[in-house]
Amino acid sequence: MAANYNFPDPSVIKEELINKYPAKVAKKRSKSIVINDPETIPEVQANVRTVPGIISQRGCSYAGCKGVVLGPTRDIVNITHGPIGCSFYSWLTRRNQTRPESPTDENFITYCFSTDMQEENIVFGGEKKLKVAIQEAYDLFHPKAIAIFSTCPVGLIGDDVHAAAREMKEKLGDCNVFGFSCEGYRGVSQSAGHHIANNGVFKHMVGRNNAPVEGKFKLNLLGEYNIGGDAFEIERIFEKCGITLVASFSGNSTVGAIENAHMADLNVILCHRSINYMGDMMETRYGIPWMKVNFVGAESSAKSLRKIAEYFGDAELTARIEAVIAEETPKVKAIIDEIRPRTEGKTAMLFVGGSRAHHYQDLFSELGMTTIAAGYEFAHRDDYEGRHVLPSIKIDADSKNIEELKVTADPELFNPRKSEAELDALKEKGLEINGYEGMMKQMESKSLIIDDVSHYESERLIELYKPDIFCAGIKEKYVVQKMGIPLKQLHSYDYGGPYTGFEGAVNFYKDIDRMVNNPVWKLIKAPWEKAGTDSLEATYGIS
Amino acid sequence: MLLRHTTSEVKEREGLTINPAKTCQPIGAMYAALGIHGCLPHSHGSQGCCSYHRSTLTRHYKEPVMAGTSSFTEGASVFGGQANLLQAIETIFSVYDPDIIAVHSTCLSETIGDDLQQITKKAKDDGKIPEGKYVIYASTPSFIGSHITGYANMVAGMAEQFTVSTGEKKDQVNIVAGWMEPSDMREIKRVAKELGVKIVLFPDTSDVLDAPQTGKHEFYPKGGVTIDELKSTGDSKSTLALGYVSAEPAAIALDKKCKVPFETIEMPIGLSATDRFIVALSKAGQVSVPAEITAERGRLVDVMADMEQYLYGKKVALFGDPDHLVPLTEFLLDLNMKPVHIISGTPGMKFEKRMQEILERAPYANFKNGLNADMFLLHQWIKNEPVDLLIGNTYGKYIARDEDIPFVRYGFPILDRVGHSYFPSVGYTGGLRLLEKILTALLDRQDRDALEEKFELVM
Repeated sequence: MAANYNFPDPSVIKEELINKYPAKVAKKRSKSIVINDPETIPEVQANVRTVPGIISQRGCSYAGCKGVVLGPTRDIVNITHGPIGCSFYSWLTRRNQTRPESPTDENFITYCFSTDMQEENIVFGGEKKLKVAIQEAYDLFHPKAIAIFSTCPVGLIGDDVHAAAREMKEKLGDCNVFGFSCEGYRGVSQSAGHHIANNGVFKHMVGRNNAPVEGKFKLNLLGEYNIGGDAFEIERIFEKCGITLVASFSGNSTVGAIENAHMADLNVILCHRSINYMGDMMETRYGIPWMKVNFVGAESSAKSLRKIAEYFGDAELTARIEAVIAEETPKVKAIIDEIRPRTEGKTAMLFVGGSRAHHYQDLFSELGMTTIAAGYEFAHRDDYEGRHVLPSIKIDADSKNIEELKVTADPELFNPRKSEAELDALKEKGLEINGYEGMMKQMESKSLIIDDVSHYESERLIELYKPDIFCAGIKEKYVVQKMGIPLKQLHSYDYGGPYTGFEGAVNFYKDIDRMVNNPVWKLIKAPWEKAGTDSLEATYGIS
Repeated sequence: MLLRHTTSEVKEREGLTINPAKTCQPIGAMYAALGIHGCLPHSHGSQGCCSYHRSTLTRHYKEPVMAGTSSFTEGASVFGGQANLLQAIETIFSVYDPDIIAVHSTCLSETIGDDLQQITKKAKDDGKIPEGKYVIYASTPSFIGSHITGYANMVAGMAEQFTVSTGEKKDQVNIVAGWMEPSDMREIKRVAKELGVKIVLFPDTSDVLDAPQTGKHEFYPKGGVTIDELKSTGDSKSTLALGYVSAEPAAIALDKKCKVPFETIEMPIGLSATDRFIVALSKAGQVSVPAEITAERGRLVDVMADMEQYLYGKKVALFGDPDHLVPLTEFLLDLNMKPVHIISGTPGMKFEKRMQEILERAPYANFKNGLNADMFLLHQWIKNEPVDLLIGNTYGKYIARDEDIPFVRYGFPILDRVGHSYFPSVGYTGGLRLLEKILTALLDRQDRDALEEKFELVM
C-alpha cells in the first residue's frame, strides 16, 4: 500500500457533494457515495438508474454490446440496425487494435456498417432493409459472421432482428448471422449491453468448433479488449511462458478462435464487469473454471502469472514463469526506481469503467501514489464489495429485462477440468477461482467510493481534495484540465499504451510522471496575474 | 491495407451504408445549443446518445462539452419520457443553474411520439422553470437528414422561440451562422466589425469551444449569443443566412415570425463565396467596403496567382457537409484544380441544385449525396479514378493512407489534429489558410517523391 495520506473527514466531504441536490436526488445519491472501510465493506448502491439531468458519464446498452464486447473481433461484419448515428459514433473510437495474420486476412474493424434507417423504415418497419443490408454485406465481403445490433427505435417498432438473422443465416449457408437486442434504453448503462453481448456470443459462437487445440497450458483471456495494444503485451508474455492463448474475448480475436474457446482449460478474467457471465456460462456448460487476474501493474502481472502456474500445477510451467518474471522485472525496476521519487506521496482519483478503477490502483501503488477516491461508471455491487454479495443483490425492473440464459452441462463436452476438491485447494491458496473480492477491500479506510459519479460531484471532489491526477474519460478530460489538474484517460489511454504487463507498466509510470510533473501546470497564470513579488505592482511599483 | 476489402467494382446498394459521410441530427442540435450563452444542451433520449455526442464534440474541440440527458430506460420508452424530462429540468436548474436549457429529441423519443412543445409547456405550468429562465426545444429525429439537419433545426428553434418584434427597428443585421467552427464565427464578427456593420451572430460558439486555460472550469464560458441578442433579432433590418442547408431555416423562421427579410448565401469559404458575403453584408449594412478588406482579398488572390502552377489540374476528392462542399468546390475551381469526386451523406434538393450549378464548370465530376453516398463509394471512385488530394474529416485518413494521397483535414469531425477551432477557414484570411494547407500537402508530396536530381530548393 502506498504512502500515508492524511484523509480529510470524509463525512464532511460527502455532505458537500450532495447538499446542492434536490432532497430526493440527495437521498438517492447518498447511497452511492460511501466512505470505505476495507474491514467491514459497507454496501454501495450501484447499477441503478441515473437521475435524469444530473450529468452522468454513462453510455448505453448498444455501446456496451457493440462497442465494447463485439467491436474488437476483426473478422465479424458488425451491422448496426438503426439511424446512422450509433454506428458512426462507435466507428474506430475505442482503439481496439488488431493484427491480422496476413495482409489478406479479414479485418473489418476499420469499417462502419449501418442500415441507416429512414423515416419510412420507422413507420413501415426496417426488417426488409436489414435483410437487404445483410445480403449486400455478404455479397461484398463474404465474411464468416455477420452480427446485427439493434438501436433504440428497432425494439420500439417491433423489428425482429433475430428472425431476420435466422432467415439470412439459412439463406446464405456459409455465414453465421446473429442479432443482439441491445437497444440503448435497456438496463441503466453499458453494463446491460455487456450481458446481452455475453449471451449472444455464448449462444451463437462459442462451441461451434470442436477441433482440438495444441498446447499443454491452454486458456482464454476474458474481458481484455486490446485497447492501445494491451492484449499484444499479454500475448507476448504468455508466449514467453509457454501458455497457449486459445481465444481472447475479445481483443485481437477472430471468429474462429472464439468458436473454439471451449477447448481451453482455464478462463482468466480481467474485466470482471463486462465478461463474468461468460466465465460462469462456460464453467456450467463445459466445466472450465474461471479465475480473476489482473495484468495491469508489474507486480499484479507477476502475481497473476503465478496464479496461472498454481492452477496448472506443473513444475516446468512454474519454473518458466518464474524465469520470465525474473527476466522482465529488472527492466521495470530500473524505471520505477528512477521515477518513484517524483511521484511518491501524490494522490489520484479514478472514475472509470467497471474494473479499471480497481486495476489501475495497482499501478498507482507501484508509483507510491494513494487513490483517495474511486468509483465505477457502470459496475454492480459485486465489483465494489466482492462476489460474496451476489445472493443479496436485489433484481430490479431494469435488470429483470436482461435475459439470464439457462445454461446446463453439455452432455458430450462437459468435462470438469478440476475436481471440487482441487478447486477448493486452489482457493485455499488464495486463487480467486470463480471469485472476485472487488475494489473496496484494496482501498484505504476513509477513502471515498462513488458509483456513477456526476459531473457536479467530480468537480466538487477536485476542489475539495485537489488530487495530483484524475483518471476518467474523454468527456471529463478537458473539464478537469481546465481546473489545472491533469486527467489521464483510462478508456482510451490518451492514445498511448499499452498499460498491461511489464512493458505496459513502464509506459504507465512514464506517462504519469510526465503528466503530474509537467511544467505546463505552473504556466497557467500570466506574470501579471500572479500575486507577490512577481506581480506587476511589485515589479513596476504600480499602486 | 487498412481498408483492404474495398475494391474498385462499384455495385448499387440499397440497404447497407458503409463508412458514412454523415452522422445523426441530435449532435448538430447539441453543437448549435452550445452557441447560446449560459445554455445547457439536453438530449431527450437514452444516455448513450448524449454520451456519444459529448464524446465526439469533445474529441473534435478538445474542450469541455456539457450536456444533460433524460436517461431513458425501458419503462420511459414504453410509457413516454415526460416524467424523465420534467425531472431532468428540475435537476438541471437546481444543480447547474443555466439561463436556458435547449432540449433536442432523439430517434427514441421521436419514435414513441414525445411532444417536446407539450412537455416544456407542462414544465413551465408546473413551475419547474425558474423566473427569467428558459427551456427551448427542437425536434431532431435521427432518421431524417443528418447532423446538419439537426443543427439547422436547433438554430431555427432559437429564432422561433426567442425572437420578438417590438415594432422598433434596430440598426443591426442578423447573421445566421451555418455549421462552422468557433474560429470561423470569430472571423465573421471581425470582418463585420471591419466593415462597420453591427451584427447579431447566432449561434456563436467562439469563446465557448475555444476557451482559454485559466485554472478554472467555467461551466458556462463567456461566449455565446445572449438571450437579449437573440430576442433582438426580430427588430433587425435584415438577416443574412450563411448556408442553404444549415442556416436558411432559421432565417425563414425569423421572417415568418417577425417579418425580417433575409438573404441566403453560401458560407464564405474561398474567394468567390467570400466576395458574395462581403457584397451582401455591405449592402445589408449600407456601408462601403473598406480598403483593409480589399487588401485581405488581394493577399488571397496574390497567393493564388503566385502558386498557380502547383494547383493547375490537380484532381481532388472531397467529402463532408453541404454548406462546406458547395463553396469549397467553387474555390477549388477558382484555384484551377479539378474536383472529381464529391460525396455527402446529407440529402437535400437545394444542396443538389447548388452543387449542380457549381459543377457546370466541372462536368467531369462525380457527385452523390444522401442515402448510400458514403465513404466506401468515394473510395471506390478514387480507385477507379485516382486523385492528387483528398479533403475531408479525419475518417479520410484511412483512404489517404491506403491510396497514398495527400490529405487536408477539413469538416467535422477532426479527431486527430488541432487548429480548426483556432484558425478560421472562412473569409479571405480563412481562404488563405485553406490554400496554405492545400499547397503544403501538395508540395510536401512533391518533395517526398522527387528524384534526388529533381529535388527543388525554391518552389
